[in-house]
Amino acid sequence: MENRFVLEVKELVKYFDMTTGVLGRKIADIKAVDGVSFHIAKGETLGLVGESGCGKSTVGMCILRLYQPTSGEITFEGANLLKAKGTRLRHMRRTLQPIFQDPYGSLDPRMTAGNIIGEPLRVHGMGKNREYRERVDELLSIVGLSSHMRYRYPHEFSGGQRQRIAIARALSVNPSLIICDEAISALDVCVQSQIINLLEGLQKRFDLTYLFIAHDLSMVRHISKRIAVMYLGKFVEVASSEEFYNHSIHPYTKALISAVPMPDPLLEAKRERIILSGEVPSALAPPSGCRFHPRCKHSMERCREMIPELRNVGGDHWVACHLV
Amino acid sequence: MKNRMPGLRFSPRESSRTKLGREKPINRKHRILHVKDLKTYFYGTEGITKAVDGISYEINEGEIVGLVGESGCGKSVSALSLLRLIPNPPGRIAGGEIIFESVDLLRISEKQMRALRGNKIAMIFQEPMTSLNPSLTIGRQISEALELHQNMSKKAAWRESIRLLELVRLPNAEQRADDYPHQLSGGMRQRVMIAMALSCKPRLLIADEPTTALDVTIQAQLLEELKGLTTRFGTAVLLITHNLGIIARYAQRVNVMYAGRIVEAAKVEDLYTAPRHPYTIQLIASVPRLDRSDRTKLSTIEGAPPPLFNLPRGCAFHPRCSYAINKCREERPKFLSVGRDHYVACWVDMEKGK
Repeated sequence: MENRFVLEVKELVKYFDMTTGVLGRKIADIKAVDGVSFHIAKGETLGLVGESGCGKSTVGMCILRLYQPTSGEITFEGANLLKAKGTRLRHMRRTLQPIFQDPYGSLDPRMTAGNIIGEPLRVHGMGKNREYRERVDELLSIVGLSSHMRYRYPHEFSGGQRQRIAIARALSVNPSLIICDEAISALDVCVQSQIINLLEGLQKRFDLTYLFIAHDLSMVRHISKRIAVMYLGKFVEVASSEEFYNHSIHPYTKALISAVPMPDPLLEAKRERIILSGEVPSALAPPSGCRFHPRCKHSMERCREMIPELRNVGGDHWVACHLV
Repeated sequence: MKNRMPGLRFSPRESSRTKLGREKPINRKHRILHVKDLKTYFYGTEGITKAVDGISYEINEGEIVGLVGESGCGKSVSALSLLRLIPNPPGRIAGGEIIFESVDLLRISEKQMRALRGNKIAMIFQEPMTSLNPSLTIGRQISEALELHQNMSKKAAWRESIRLLELVRLPNAEQRADDYPHQLSGGMRQRVMIAMALSCKPRLLIADEPTTALDVTIQAQLLEELKGLTTRFGTAVLLITHNLGIIARYAQRVNVMYAGRIVEAAKVEDLYTAPRHPYTIQLIASVPRLDRSDRTKLSTIEGAPPPLFNLPRGCAFHPRCSYAINKCREERPKFLSVGRDHYVACWVDMEKGK
């Protein structure tokens, strides 16, 4: 079973140039993603969590080839995604669809909902005239909108409905992998759960694979089978969502979990709280050794000097920490 | 009464509170804020938008009271009403009383109100970038309030600003005081907001989604800080958020708002363990929990909140409520006591109780 994984990412690195002056002289690298490897199996959801600026969105953008990675390998459905050109790239672009956070910014305000949803169909030459119209209607009903809404413009929709349009657009060209980058973060609690239910339903129905990038741990845990925790451009822990909450090992994962307030005052009164001090250091000059060591209360001599490797600690649980 | 010692803070019980037919055990704590039947309406072309439609609650000294609800339910408008910051026109506080330390804020002059804002009543807004002045250093912005309200000299106010920045644990406070807001991260800006809000030792702090734009780790840092400081100063806090977890962790009592009205009010323990209003029940059920791994479908509240300019008759929640009975469609439910410190506005709940 060579092709078990829809997506395989190996040692992905993305540095951005920090430039100065009118000539744009490069003075430093911003190490947004610094050696990240993972895979996603068919029909699986991998959650990617971390604080803002940890590079989680950059990973998504690299997979979509909206950023050209500095180095590394991305294999999508058995083919090298980074070397793809021409028709091959077009095919990959079709089967790889994004849903972004901001349903206000990601929909063209001058296009009707129907045109927004149908645009990928036209771009990829899938369906004309009647076929096209029927497909748009079908997509609208799949995401729970009614077909008369196709003539409306984005500003006439609520945030949740806009996100439904974005989902319909992503679904239009029968993708196999959808990258949800903070797809529900801008929505209200009740609307979030509606969208999550919709995404889960669609996953079953169309055998979709999701990379679910978000900072809301509870939502990520609900929708994902496995969760990867990212800190300053590196994965610190990858675990099944079961292990993630009950048996997380990395001090950063623990702190992250303890920082999430739970809607249960009795539990809250008992919970241990790990309050991290300070903020995420700059990706311009990440700390030596383990990048988390300046904020870690367990840090030792070794943490300051050596970069911990992601090691397997049993099952599908991987941790990058010298304590293990 | 007027020359009461500031240290003695027992106010006589008011008799007008029998209006809602409730009588509560005497609270030893001093009541800082008492909002009675507050109504804030906006008069627009589409009709009257009843953003806040008759809400009543109170907050005691040193207490954190949560206000939860979906966007557009009137949470923020109710907070702005407390400070009389409703843009007029189109908005107007159409009725009610806001008793702050035995003064009705709706009856005092604008000048008196201005002396209270940022002084005895402070507010922390959601978006620290837009609520800080981009053209003044943060030290200057904090000292401004101190000079104005506390009659401090420029020098003393500056020293106090640095002390406050240290209090909220802004790293390198002394150098940072010379920074402009854009030079700070989101978390640091919110620290500055907290320092500014606490500068005049307010009796009441209104925190409107204070950490919504921030990461969970920074959120935890800031809210711990805020809780510690307000407990220390005995500040009453109105904590507005849509995050039920934050309320569970930091508040003692909570008001649940829906379509401009409070539908349920209770102590935090009671609200989460035994919610009574169908909206509260469904709201709590729709939040996925980090400690539960049931991969079942999340329960949701179907539909969307009604537009506030065109509220349904009767209970505003009835079109989305699966328990709705005929009475719910016709008559607005009364806000009644169902237990100690527990109030619910629901006909179904009442019928069950009978």
